[in-house]
Amino acid sequence: MIRQFGPSDILFIIEAVRWTLLLSAIAFIGGAIGGLFVALARSSGSKALRRISAGFIRIFQGTPLLMQLFLFYFGLTVLNLPINPLLAAAIALTFHASAYLGEIWRGSIEAVPSGQTEAATALSLSYRDRMQHVVLPQAARIAVAPTVGFLVQLIKGTSLTSIIGFTELTRAGQIVNNATFDPFVVFGLVAAIYFIICWPLSLYARRLEGRMRLAFTR
Amino acid sequence: MTQAQQPAVEMRGVTKFFGAFQALKSIDLTVEQGERIVVCGPSGSGKSTLIRTLNQLEEIQDGKITVDGIELTAGGENVAKVRRDVGMVFQQFNLFPHLTVLQNCTLAPLKTGRADKATAEATARKYLERVKIPEQADKFPAQLSGGQQQRVAIARALCMEPRIMLFDEPTSALDPEMVKEVLDTMIDLAREGMTMLCVTHEMDFARAVADRVIFMEQGAIIEEGPPAEFFGNPKSERLRNFLGQIS
Ligand SMILES: Nc1ncnc2c1ncn2[C@@H]1O[C@H](COP(=O)(O)OP(=O)(O)O)[C@@H](O)[C@H]1O
Ligand SMILES: [Mg+2]
Repeated sequence: MIRQFGPSDILFIIEAVRWTLLLSAIAFIGGAIGGLFVALARSSGSKALRRISAGFIRIFQGTPLLMQLFLFYFGLTVLNLPINPLLAAAIALTFHASAYLGEIWRGSIEAVPSGQTEAATALSLSYRDRMQHVVLPQAARIAVAPTVGFLVQLIKGTSLTSIIGFTELTRAGQIVNNATFDPFVVFGLVAAIYFIICWPLSLYARRLEGRMRLAFTR
Repeated sequence: MTQAQQPAVEMRGVTKFFGAFQALKSIDLTVEQGERIVVCGPSGSGKSTLIRTLNQLEEIQDGKITVDGIELTAGGENVAKVRRDVGMVFQQFNLFPHLTVLQNCTLAPLKTGRADKATAEATARKYLERVKIPEQADKFPAQLSGGQQQRVAIARALCMEPRIMLFDEPTSALDPEMVKEVLDTMIDLAREGMTMLCVTHEMDFARAVADRVIFMEQGAIIEEGPPAEFFGNPKSERLRNFLGQIS
């Protein structure tokens, strides 16, 4: 039953990359939207909002991503929805990314000197204008490097969704390996593909960090 | 009733706590239209806190503040109204580093709906001219000297055409050779009749432009008077000590 690892297997694995990329993109975009709200709530004047968002972050940073995947996966069935690995994975990773990006961006917002908010307030700018035109543009510069760094983590994190049966890159490797039993070649190829995706991003993050340091010493 | 007839600022029993610490102890203060007030006192006496209550950068726990007839402490819409009326200049300039000088000056007028882009830019250039740095309009704050940055900060506040200007130690963060250019700008402003409250230890400035000097200690106004009397004939022991230390 074991067959030779061949070109069609390579093609199968490479084609699965799109699912890894799609899932990463959904989680990153969803997480960016969620994370912005979490970060604003965390740094807001309302105690209730700060507490709720802090609890949200604590839960999603304090539990394994795999457990979150399981809970959303089985949660869907409890709600009598059909089993759908992509949906479960997308929801779980979006919450996961919201918590991490929310925490990264909270730190970036708080790194903007309070005098900036005070000057904007004294000029009678509204909360929205203060955030949009004064605080967030400065926080964004501080945030880019760690955000790209988190994106790399997120892409690698999508490999866990193979366990709930979502056929992305890692799961495609498992399927091919079950048929060919050539684990070193198969998983070597899978790892190499992750590396090709993530390495340039890591480099980019490091370059941004260097540029940030320059901007601040100017 | 026209605005010119009512006091620019009225503070009654203004009390401010930071946690358990009382930073302002039932302050009463009236500032008339066009009056120039200098506030001095030792570090930690509550000078910054006092002027920061006037645009509600600090909320107060008790008392009443009225600015140009608008009751700030009534809250709601009044806070924004008062802030449009009151400009502020900080010790650390607090210019927006990601915006050019011109953008620093036009942001608030544009976003608060005061002016369209052309008008806001014309106003900004007018006030940059007034503070004598029209040629720096397209630079970023980091490219300017400290004195120039503080003058931009003054121009930025003036672009909202406030009736009252607050200054919180505007020259304390400056190298000595840049103090004069900022003080001269403030003196010009005073000559034009702007109502001003300035926290500063520049006593020459106080003598030149102040109508009244206020001495604060431990969250209270200890003594106040016209500069000649304030400096020439201080009544309280504490003010005499203070004046002895700073001169
Ligand atoms: N945000 C704050 N939290 C707690 N205490 C503060 C805060 N701001 C000021 N204070 C305290 O209030 C007192 C008055 O401060 P401030 O008005 O800044 O004094 P000054 O401007 O006269 O040096 C000081 O003892 C200071 O430590
Ligand atoms: Mg102070």
